[in-house]
Amino acid sequence: MTSAPTQARDDARSASAEEAGSEGRIVVANQWQLIWWKFRKHRLAMLAGLVTLFLYTVALFAEFFAPYSSGAYSAAHTHLPPPQIHLIQETDGGPRFSPHVKGFTVQIDPDSFKRTYMVDETVAYPIGLFVRGEEYKLWGLFTLDVHLIGAAQAGDPVYLLGADRLGRDVLSRTIYGTRVSMSVGLVGVGLSLLLGVILGGISGYYGGVIDTLIQRTIEILRSLPTIPLWMGLSAAIPLTWPPLRVYFAITVLLSLIGWTALAREVRGRFLSLKTEDFVIAARLDGVRELQIILRHMAPSMTSHIIASVTLAIPGMILAETALSFLGIGLRPPVVSWGVLLQEAQNVRSIATAPWLLFPGIAVVTAVLAMNFLGDGLRDAADPYQA
Amino acid sequence: MIWYIARRILYLIPTLLIVSVIAFLVIQLPPGDFLASLISKAEETIDQAQVDALRERYGLDEPIYVQYWKWISGIVARGDFGDSFEWNRPVSDLIWERLGLTMVISLVTLAFVWVVSIPIGIYSAVKKYTIGDYIVTVIGFIGLAVPNFLLALVLMYVAFRYFGQSVGGLFSPEYIDAPWTLGRALDLLSHLWLPVIILGTAGTAALIRVMRANLLDELSKLYVDAARARGLSELRLLFKYPVRVALNPLVSALAWVFPALVSGSAITSIVLNLQTTGPLLYRSLQAQDMYLAGSLVLLVSVLTIVGTLVSDILLAWLDPRIQLQ
Repeated sequence: MTSAPTQARDDARSASAEEAGSEGRIVVANQWQLIWWKFRKHRLAMLAGLVTLFLYTVALFAEFFAPYSSGAYSAAHTHLPPPQIHLIQETDGGPRFSPHVKGFTVQIDPDSFKRTYMVDETVAYPIGLFVRGEEYKLWGLFTLDVHLIGAAQAGDPVYLLGADRLGRDVLSRTIYGTRVSMSVGLVGVGLSLLLGVILGGISGYYGGVIDTLIQRTIEILRSLPTIPLWMGLSAAIPLTWPPLRVYFAITVLLSLIGWTALAREVRGRFLSLKTEDFVIAARLDGVRELQIILRHMAPSMTSHIIASVTLAIPGMILAETALSFLGIGLRPPVVSWGVLLQEAQNVRSIATAPWLLFPGIAVVTAVLAMNFLGDGLRDAADPYQA
Repeated sequence: MIWYIARRILYLIPTLLIVSVIAFLVIQLPPGDFLASLISKAEETIDQAQVDALRERYGLDEPIYVQYWKWISGIVARGDFGDSFEWNRPVSDLIWERLGLTMVISLVTLAFVWVVSIPIGIYSAVKKYTIGDYIVTVIGFIGLAVPNFLLALVLMYVAFRYFGQSVGGLFSPEYIDAPWTLGRALDLLSHLWLPVIILGTAGTAALIRVMRANLLDELSKLYVDAARARGLSELRLLFKYPVRVALNPLVSALAWVFPALVSGSAITSIVLNLQTTGPLLYRSLQAQDMYLAGSLVLLVSVLTIVGTLVSDILLAWLDPRIQLQ
């Protein structure tokens, strides 16, 4: 996304330079270049865009980014707190740069079986980048064993963000959760967009009774409290379904209620475009209806729709997180941020292991980034705003 | 005005119809009819006559629309929501107080959202692009991005870790099952602040942004300059017209803030263990106690719709232009 428009701009520049030589200063930039130039000026939105890109990269290569696999557990490390990372190691030859974590000893309270970990200064487990660890199959195709970060010696207990109730690495699971949580947003919004564009388009283009009917339906759906409804509907998903089918059922449920905002946006655009001169001109020229919609109206709406889609994704992510957190959305062994937060459902478990809330930070980051990105895109897509 | 209200109430009918169908769907969706699960759960065998009586009552052998009719006409005509099998009591015994508390929480939160967001919104519009404005904007964005339940968890942890108390619930233990007295009402108020803050954060953040944008639009209009040129003091100038005009869209924002509050209160209540409809719905869904679950979905939705209607009518009364649209 970053390189292609830059390329286009350079092309435009060189083209304009040539034109400037032959027939005065005429610089032509198409709509997308204008949007990109405007978007670039919006620092926060650029940053948010990078964060979003990073999150989707993590989602795509979760196996590589995560030190452990999502299911790897270790009974010896239950509720191990996040270690302090030391950068300098004292060796015989003086201090040396070598990031490591200290070892630990464990004491188990004989009455409550509560485990207390003590730092053991004598043992150091070095951390490395691009380390060899557990084997995995990337996208089910390539067998690899390189992980971005992890214990330099395979098998050392390095849990950078601590471990949960079963001794599973919180960092790895959050990284795996990115895949499901971020894609639920995308798939859900894709479905909503389909419904929204079709129904909103029909509503805005034809008007009249159909418009009233669709607008009423939207108003009804918007006046309903969504979470109780989602709770009711998702409880109907049979427990015996395989995880993948549950995933799709949940996204369908989310988008069944979530399409209304997009439909409104599309309808509003259609209504304002319908009376534009170029559309009337096309109609007078005898262009077919479908042709008018696809050829003449759709291009001037795309940028707005992209912006509203970006703004709709965070809502989906939040909804999935809420449902899974309650245990009626996605269920283990599927790993999503909501499923992970389920581990931190009551104050007792948070009191023992506050680091279980880390996936929550991931949720907030993702939602914030997408909100800023969407805001920036919306501003950039509006040609009339200074 | 009367015509406007009449028309809005007329629109209510199809809405309620659709909501009731959705709630009925919630009851029907789980696989198998509930009598089977009732029989499998019962400790002693239920005699056949009793099963037949239940079958007759809910019309389980009849087509689905007859079942729907029996269910909805029972509710409308007799206030009969069916029985909860987990509690072995009529649903209507269980829900009213919880429904009342849900509404109390949502309305108090709504008031909180308004009281907080309007002054902050005005401040951040008047002091545009100052440090204060940026701080408000950043806090607002974060408020929108943090899910309710996460905020609840964090606050509970903070209260537990640093103040050594476990927060949650709406009443002190001695008042939970007590009848309503002044003491109980005061006790409720003293527990209400935490859920209200948690629930109100997202709404407040959203409304601050709306208020700020509206007021900025107004402040750049010519009449403001004209009033300033005539030497009106800044404060009077601000409150005389721009703020009042900017408030109108805020009233219409009620229509989406209120459903969001009711919706958010469901999940926050589960985390904080409040005696509202949320936890009851959650438990009934887990136990497949479908008549209870369906009734809760129905009633919470109906109350939200009525709340939205009231806010629409208020808005039309405040701003007569709306009636013409």
